[in-house]
Amino acid sequence: MQCDVCQSKEATVFLTQIVDGKMQKVNLCEGCSKEKGVNDPTGFALADLLLGLGDSQQIEKTAASNKCPVCGFTQADFKKTGRLGCSNCYSVFAEGILPMLKNMHKGTRHTGKVPAVHAEQRERSEKMKSLQESLDKAIADEEFELAADLRDRIRQVEAELAK
Amino acid sequence: MKFSRIIANTGEWLSGEGPNRQIVVSSRVRLARNLRNKPFPGWAKKAERLEVMTAVKEAVSRLPEMEDSFSENLEALSPLEKQVLVERHLISREHAAKGVGSAVVMNTPQSLSVMINEEDHLRMQAICCGLQLENVHKMIDRVDTELDGQLEIAFDDTLGYLTACPSNVGTGMRASAMLHLPGLVMSDQINKIINSVNKIGLAVRGLHGEGTEAMGNLFQVSNQTTLGETEGEIIGRLNRVIEQIIDHEQNARALLAQRKAITLHDQIGRAYGLLSHAYSISSKEALNLLSIIKLGIDLAVFPDAHRFPVDELFIETQPAHLQKGAQLQKMTSEERDSLRADLIRSKLAQVPQPDISRLTISTHEPPETT
Repeated sequence: MQCDVCQSKEATVFLTQIVDGKMQKVNLCEGCSKEKGVNDPTGFALADLLLGLGDSQQIEKTAASNKCPVCGFTQADFKKTGRLGCSNCYSVFAEGILPMLKNMHKGTRHTGKVPAVHAEQRERSEKMKSLQESLDKAIADEEFELAADLRDRIRQVEAELAK
Repeated sequence: MKFSRIIANTGEWLSGEGPNRQIVVSSRVRLARNLRNKPFPGWAKKAERLEVMTAVKEAVSRLPEMEDSFSENLEALSPLEKQVLVERHLISREHAAKGVGSAVVMNTPQSLSVMINEEDHLRMQAICCGLQLENVHKMIDRVDTELDGQLEIAFDDTLGYLTACPSNVGTGMRASAMLHLPGLVMSDQINKIINSVNKIGLAVRGLHGEGTEAMGNLFQVSNQTTLGETEGEIIGRLNRVIEQIIDHEQNARALLAQRKAITLHDQIGRAYGLLSHAYSISSKEALNLLSIIKLGIDLAVFPDAHRFPVDELFIETQPAHLQKGAQLQKMTSEERDSLRADLIRSKLAQVPQPDISRLTISTHEPPETT
């Protein structure tokens, strides 16, 4: 199991805490657990860690240089207002926002309505992906006639996308 | 269309018919949408807000649903006119506080309204009478789909519709129903209900949404979360909870009639007496007493023919609605209280005295099979 914080090392410290009747679990590697002060359970709240507030200092450090290139919004502005600057901020500040959404909502992935324009784009890019995979396989299998055919079809879809 | 026409007619949702009409006053669905890579209204500069407003207003006005519509910039409306729209739930209190760079568009029956540059670039809502969240969602979803072709809407494959506040991200949908629950309030069960509804991730609020007091035994139940579920799932969950609250309210009324008959009769009689003879009455007291009269109509103590005039009083006795006749001079609250009492007395003069012998507990209307 991976560490929830650094997402790279093997987790060796497993924490469970019950807050407001809700069970929260966090898995940490040894390095991260020390850094978060897990050894001192009194001064440690899982919620803070999950919300990304436990390491707020660290976030602020990276955030100081983090500014949305579209609208000029910063992490500090977000802390002040609780609102974001523009739609692009969601990707700029993803690191801070995603853990927050986890606590706020039923899930972290949108499963509802998809606007028609997007649905079309998504379909095309999925089609491209599968064609590309078939092409790679055809080349690996040395089926060059099939590969040539697939290449033509990819070009066709690309031309459609460019339109 | 002129604003005077909007003022003159109360919305369709007040007079219309709908399932569970007695307890569910109205169903409302609101969608939050934004333009891609344009600063959200709270962060945008004035020029940017104006640019977005012009583009959005044009697209909205072209909708077939908005053929005969009222459209106005917020700075062109007087504080009183804005307040009238708030009291009718056509714009939010937050939107009423906006000025240059914000606008509102609504259709003639006042069933659809679009707030431009509230917290998000677009906040569009549909409102209907009774419990019919699916229908109301369909109405606003159609508008959303039509706009989608004309405006570049901010949408992310993983996070869905992107909104100024992360609490609305995903579907951007807030579905809510306004419930009239005098039985649960009189039998002291309302706090228990509010607590348990809160526990399952739904919000219960007062008359005008977030942070407002419950008056007239009116409560708004809405979804709290917008990400991780489809629109249909959210509405389904909300519907099931509302059906249960309706059941509890019906039971509470039946129990009151059986075990606390005298208290119930007394409350109805006193409400009628006070409203028929008061010469000065505050908005809060009026709403609380009108709620008891409304309950009396549900229980057949008053003839059903008086349902609409009484429902109308819920809106007509609100501060801005009272003053809309005398638009020029601002009234003091004493003047309003006296005018309110006059209005209620004259309307109640048409309603016969309560006839307790007719009191009947209606059985729960069967839920619609969908």
